[in-house]
Amino acid sequence: MRGMVSVHFTANLRRHVDCPEMQVEGTTVHEALDAYFAVHPAVRSYILDEQGAVRRHVAIFANGSQVADPNTLSDPVDDGTEIYVMQALSGGT
Amino acid sequence: MTNGSRLLVGTRKGLFTLDATSSGWAIDHVDFPGEPVTAVVHDAETGRTWAALGTGHFGVHIWRNDAGAWSEVGAPTYPPRPADANDVNPMTQEPNPWTTMLGWVLEQGARPDELWCGTIPGGLFRSRDGGDTWELQRSLWDHEGRPGWFGGGYDWPGIHSVTLDPRDPDTLAVGVSCGGAWVSTDDAATWTISTGMRADFLPPGEAQDPNRQDPHRLVRCAAEPDVLWNQHHNGCFRSTDGGRSWVEIEERAPSVFGFAAACHPADPNTAWFAPAVKDEMRVPVDGQVCVSRTTDGGATFDVLTNGLPGPDAFDLVYRHGLDVDGSGERLAMGSTTGSLWFSGNAGDRWETVNANLPPINLVRFI
Repeated sequence: MRGMVSVHFTANLRRHVDCPEMQVEGTTVHEALDAYFAVHPAVRSYILDEQGAVRRHVAIFANGSQVADPNTLSDPVDDGTEIYVMQALSGGT
Repeated sequence: MTNGSRLLVGTRKGLFTLDATSSGWAIDHVDFPGEPVTAVVHDAETGRTWAALGTGHFGVHIWRNDAGAWSEVGAPTYPPRPADANDVNPMTQEPNPWTTMLGWVLEQGARPDELWCGTIPGGLFRSRDGGDTWELQRSLWDHEGRPGWFGGGYDWPGIHSVTLDPRDPDTLAVGVSCGGAWVSTDDAATWTISTGMRADFLPPGEAQDPNRQDPHRLVRCAAEPDVLWNQHHNGCFRSTDGGRSWVEIEERAPSVFGFAAACHPADPNTAWFAPAVKDEMRVPVDGQVCVSRTTDGGATFDVLTNGLPGPDAFDLVYRHGLDVDGSGERLAMGSTTGSLWFSGNAGDRWETVNANLPPINLVRFI
């Protein structure tokens, strides 16, 4: 069953691209983010590289845990799940 | 031709625009504060400027300034890595990433709206629409030599120099750390690797392998485009045949190591370099920042220190940290410790413009 999932982004990303909090449908983190990127396509390249993997210094949390596989983003989500896209503490300059 | 009155300085924390005023150089404004700016190019005809941002966390992005307003345009992106791709880092055997990790150099093309971008991990990209879209040049990416490239200073190889022959829109040369220098005379359809460089980081017998050279920076003389200068990892080289072959300049005071190079736009015998001790000691020789200048094609060099700090300086000048304007008289140089210097007399005397900028990636007169 497809749940309604909230997607939040680190405030630091707003310096680069418009990325408002939004509710989307999905059964996995991957589906939920795809649904978000369909509405806000400019955000995709800030979070995923061109091979579809989460960027090395971006951390994604769902249900309170960091996603298990940043390549597939296959972690399941349910109605009410909150996804947080944060920046890792590595990668800063 | 630039007239040396406006300067772009790309730093680890923003893009600074400085103007020559009656009381000296002054910062006019700062774009992208806090963001790594890794490459810039300016089109004097249209007034447009492009900047490559590293962003630290969120990938490489290109922004374009039209009539004073910045907007994000397309970024160089690699195609899906084929499942059977077998390109690996020769040092670590890790699979080469097919994702843009650094926009290392931006240059204008010969045609309207044409731009070139050299990247880490080694892809050369071209835009034909002012940066809106980019195309990986498969002619070089798929070349049988490319899997032999390896990182120099970074984990992955990269293209840091793209220099066009102003006489022929189809001729260009690129420099790869570490993958040698390559020349195309058919609009990037095919490539020939340069010969004549020597790598003392390779075992005896392999030092001349052209595909494993580490040219740090290639620059071309605008008036005599067959002449190029090459600050290499372990030496200084010059070409008189458009970069097809190189001759080593074995003696250069105070050292032959460095990253940056600048060539006089009208005089192929005059060039400037920013030496450091050597590869495992990347600081100024004897703590004295200097510029090495030749005016006789590399036969002799002057060591220019007037106005530059020492003997307790630790500045290093990166590949794109030295530039000369269209007159050949005005030079700018920026360091990793955030010092910016200017010379109005070909390097004879320098003034400190600012000693407290973020680490400087590049300087560029516009």
